[in-house]
Amino acid sequence: MTITGWTLIAAFLVATVLLTPVAGNAMTRVMGASMGAVGRFFRPLEAGLYRLAGIDAAREQSWWGYALAMLVFKLVCFLVVYSFLRLQAHLPLNPLGLGSLTPDLAYNTAISFMTNTNWQSYAGETTMSYLSQMAALTVQNFTSAAAGIAIAFAVFRGFARGSAKTIGNFWVDLTRITLYVLVPGSVVLALFLVWQGVPQTFSNSIAVTTLEGAHQTIAVGPVASQEAIKMLGTNGGGFFNTNSAHPFENPTPLTNFIEMLAIFVIGGGLTSAFGRMVGDRRQGWAVFSVMAALFVVGVAVTYWAEGHANPAFAALGVDPGLGNMEGKETRFGIAASSLFATVTTDASCGAVNAMHESFLPLGGMVPLVNMMLGEVIFGGVGSGMYGFLLFAVVSVFIAGLMVGRTPEYLGKKIEAREIKMTMLGILVPPMMILTMTAIAIVVAPGTSAMSASGPHGFTEVLYEYTSAGANNGSAFSGLTANSFWNITLGITMMIGRFFVIIPALALAGSLAAKKTVAPSVGTFPTHGGLFIGLVIGVILIVGGLTFLPALALGPIVEHLAMGAGTLY
Amino acid sequence: MTVQSIMPAHDGPGGKESGRNPGRSSLLRADLLVPAIRESFRKLDPRVMWHNPVMFVVEIVSTLTTILLLRDLATGAPHIGFAIQINLWLWFTVLFANFAEAVAEGRGKAQAASLRRARTDATGKRLLPTDTGKWSYAGVYEEVPAPELQPGDVVLVEAGDFMPSDGEVIDGVASIDESAITGESAPVVRESGGDRSAVTGGTRVLSDWIIVRITAAQGSTFLDRMIGLVEGAQRQKTPNEIALNILLAGLTLVFIFAIATIPSFAAYAGGQIPVLVLVALFVTLIPTTIGALLSSIGIAGMDRLIRFNVLAMSGRAVEAAGDVDTLLLDKTGTITIGNRQASDFLPVPGVTEQELADAAQLASLADETPEGRSIVVLAKERFNIRAREMAQAGMQFVPFTAQTRMSGVDIGERCIRKGAVDSVLAYLGNPADASAQAAIANADTVGRAGGTPLAVVDDDRLLGIVALKDVVKGGIRERFAELRRMGIRTVMITGDNPLTAAAIAAESGVDDFLAQATPEAKLALIRKEQAEGKLVAMCGDGTNDAPALAQADVGVAMNTGTMAAREAGNMVDLDSDPTKLIEIVGIGKQLLMTRGALTTFSIANDVAKYFAIIPAMFIGFYPQLSALNVMRLGTPQSAILSAIIFNALIIIFLIPLSLTGVRYRPVGAAALLRRNLLAFGVGGVVAPFVGIKLIDLLVNALGIA
Repeated sequence: MTITGWTLIAAFLVATVLLTPVAGNAMTRVMGASMGAVGRFFRPLEAGLYRLAGIDAAREQSWWGYALAMLVFKLVCFLVVYSFLRLQAHLPLNPLGLGSLTPDLAYNTAISFMTNTNWQSYAGETTMSYLSQMAALTVQNFTSAAAGIAIAFAVFRGFARGSAKTIGNFWVDLTRITLYVLVPGSVVLALFLVWQGVPQTFSNSIAVTTLEGAHQTIAVGPVASQEAIKMLGTNGGGFFNTNSAHPFENPTPLTNFIEMLAIFVIGGGLTSAFGRMVGDRRQGWAVFSVMAALFVVGVAVTYWAEGHANPAFAALGVDPGLGNMEGKETRFGIAASSLFATVTTDASCGAVNAMHESFLPLGGMVPLVNMMLGEVIFGGVGSGMYGFLLFAVVSVFIAGLMVGRTPEYLGKKIEAREIKMTMLGILVPPMMILTMTAIAIVVAPGTSAMSASGPHGFTEVLYEYTSAGANNGSAFSGLTANSFWNITLGITMMIGRFFVIIPALALAGSLAAKKTVAPSVGTFPTHGGLFIGLVIGVILIVGGLTFLPALALGPIVEHLAMGAGTLY
Repeated sequence: MTVQSIMPAHDGPGGKESGRNPGRSSLLRADLLVPAIRESFRKLDPRVMWHNPVMFVVEIVSTLTTILLLRDLATGAPHIGFAIQINLWLWFTVLFANFAEAVAEGRGKAQAASLRRARTDATGKRLLPTDTGKWSYAGVYEEVPAPELQPGDVVLVEAGDFMPSDGEVIDGVASIDESAITGESAPVVRESGGDRSAVTGGTRVLSDWIIVRITAAQGSTFLDRMIGLVEGAQRQKTPNEIALNILLAGLTLVFIFAIATIPSFAAYAGGQIPVLVLVALFVTLIPTTIGALLSSIGIAGMDRLIRFNVLAMSGRAVEAAGDVDTLLLDKTGTITIGNRQASDFLPVPGVTEQELADAAQLASLADETPEGRSIVVLAKERFNIRAREMAQAGMQFVPFTAQTRMSGVDIGERCIRKGAVDSVLAYLGNPADASAQAAIANADTVGRAGGTPLAVVDDDRLLGIVALKDVVKGGIRERFAELRRMGIRTVMITGDNPLTAAAIAAESGVDDFLAQATPEAKLALIRKEQAEGKLVAMCGDGTNDAPALAQADVGVAMNTGTMAAREAGNMVDLDSDPTKLIEIVGIGKQLLMTRGALTTFSIANDVAKYFAIIPAMFIGFYPQLSALNVMRLGTPQSAILSAIIFNALIIIFLIPLSLTGVRYRPVGAAALLRRNLLAFGVGGVVAPFVGIKLIDLLVNALGIA
């Protein structure tokens, strides 16, 4: 651990704090359609799109209308991507002549990109044609992110509105987010990446002869455009197999810093947008504070853990001062890799710039725990915020009674229906993750894919299902995916996405229909330090404790064994 | 035991019953314990347990482990002593939960039993209508057993008779002993017409007679409902309880998955975990503490109100009381002491103060209202004018009528009148001279200061104004400040004009007022507050209060009120004391706080239980995990046993708290939350670490595991 390292982490936090209100303001205005001059320029385009699709932008939807529109849209997305991948061999923009994908891989990939998970059971550069990358996958990067943000705004409206029947129009939300947030943001970010050296080309792989005289094929392609939305939309699906560790995806320490910021900017901004929508910015900052606190703890533990050398290597005479450099890029080092690992798992991005599998047990446990908590530390764009609000509702419900009133959050009474939906959204993903892990580690198709044994092998499996269930998509790596994994991970990703979205929308619908209760000094305060501490406690206890037995049998026992000299 | 001892009259307006924890000593009375223990076993019936999902699940897994135990006993498996103990403690967990509920119910049952004694099987004297279709005291009646009386029947109740059922007095006036219902031994007067016409079955007429039209069928009388309420027979889960049960069921469900996946994880690691240990971990992790105490908290909340002589018709009403944002309080009797008192004589120019006082006293001699008496007293104090006998000098009293809105006295040809200023001026033919102007100016001054002006006229000579002043109750300003700190807005309801109302509002410190209040205005005010998302509480007694009582979220009807008011409200105050509204809110808040505190405590407990059981469970195949044994518990067996014992005992330990409630202090939500979060949240994390460690030391010292 170095001063420089801690300074990097502090600088990152400061930059996130500064960007949050800016992004929040921009998104709130975009969704509220108050954009001034820019709006006047783009509005005809937006209106034209609605006319083309036959959508009445003025007509809002009830929660189930909204959910239904979202599900129809997702089904279409799935079918389009699946068809692209299955027919890849017969489609253009395929200079390497790559073949079509197998049904289980195409199914897994289509679900993965549609659910904003971007778990990749394949190596991008040797599996996907340029057309598949751009027209199938990158499009999903935009739409899955836009759908997530749209749903977050629909949930915000549930809190902000009183005695209302509708929570917005899915098609309008989707269009505005894509048109005014994701596309402009990605263009700017892609140009920045190109400037830093990321390729953006349709030309074929480059065959070169190295200085030593060896022949090497260097894969290139339209990387920068995919890279930008991969970060901004917390998708995480890399162009290359090694993701953001690849020098063409993430060439410099500066791109590394900006890519990390891009992961947090929308998630952070949504906390501010939430505060603005409910008419009390302190509420937004309280949410931000919970997330920031959990983030800081996570990155500190990871950096601390990775700052120490593996005792087995130290025993061989490796300088322990270097920390654990296994699986990390020297151009980033320990601090930037620890920070990236924390950011990408906090935010459901799943891009990696180092191999999480090679982290020391406790360093690797932080990304795992971040995902287990339900991806609510900034989280995936949109999904982090609505996931967080489920925890906020439960926190208020458990402790709110202690002020002597029935629980209410932002003027909305939390009653049976709200609790039913909230519990569904919070509890189904963990149940799915645990059940799938329990099956995979005892059946042959599951265990045959594992590369490590003992607790480390167990962690591999647990990590994959957690990553899928939380729609993160980062891989602990080490697993050789087969059809068993493709199918079960696909199911886990779908349940992890839609069993949170649908309850969250139902919650929004039921909250919107309620009267807004006027606040008083007797009302449970949800903007101060007490609330922040309470929500952290509830996230850790309700969200995290269910996983404690699994963690004990994975990273914890591995850590203890490592201290005693046993490695897995 | 007597009825009175069970329902102690509360200690008067301003009493702090809710903070005083009445009857703490009688909390776990021996005479209630034995039936409660018996009841705990009876409640093991799955059809009863089913209503409590968390404990029902515990019962199922306990049955499962007992079957396994019987198998092991038959086959002679090892560690049988450990298995027996775990089984015992699992069943204790279920029984303790049942016991908590039984104790809470038991207290109500004892009260219900004494109420039942008040329900007589007396006969009613059913009157037959006279030829004109009316009923009269002299009419013919037939003796009918009370259960056969139908609503609409008319009965005669005479001195010494018990009221056969609830009803409305349609003729006569009588003094009635209502102690069976209210615990108050002083008799009350009931008469036909007006707001004191309701009579309750089970009460007894002490003197005179009344003719009563029966309004309730047998089985649905006020007394029947009261018995049902205190017994908890009609207890339904409140909205918040239903929501909480969903949360608890959800947590139970997720722990089923968390535990059911462990054998597979262990198998991968080459280990095996006995079912008994998994069950023990499961039962300690699911929220058994709050699951066990939830219903006793609810019963105890209703019970606290009953001890406070307030009957809540539903648990929902008690919850709503905690949520109240706006209190509508009647001025008279709540904010001011009931009566206005004369404070000043303000003569018009050319009249001496003594002259005015003399006339005012003469006009008030026969006026038996407190206001009238206070004028007599003030005149005597100021000018030593003695009260004169009415009989002397041929005085003739002229009573107040709604038409004249004046009262007074005729002494021969001399007519002295006092009354509302506008009425008196109208009586004089609305003069515009200097006297009238001076009187009007004085009247305005009095009104602005919160008083009521009365004009006094001697024949056609306007003498001046008598100022009547409302006397604000001592300490009421502090109560309102307290309510403000609780986040509750108070609105004073008064029939006074706006000027008077504003002055009293300022003096008493009430937040807002509704002057010249009509029933319609009251109803409109409640609707307006509710439209702003506020919950409103009010009390009332008259039939014209009924719509407002029904509209209010918490409507407290006075027991002295009409049947219509009692039907409309969701609470009945047996003492008919409007000040109690403030305490009722406190009791509601206390109920909710207790529920929240124990829920938080229960969930926070899980951290320590994990740390007790996880190392114990996995240590067989991963000895390194003993590092997680932060409590340094003796052996794996003692760790598991200690956790399950702690989990069971904490229920017993918290029964008193669930019955008396967490103390509510009016300090604002943020301060309350800080205090409770520290006590039950942080305390809930820490307490089991200490508790389990202590039990483990004991278990190891005794060598039982």
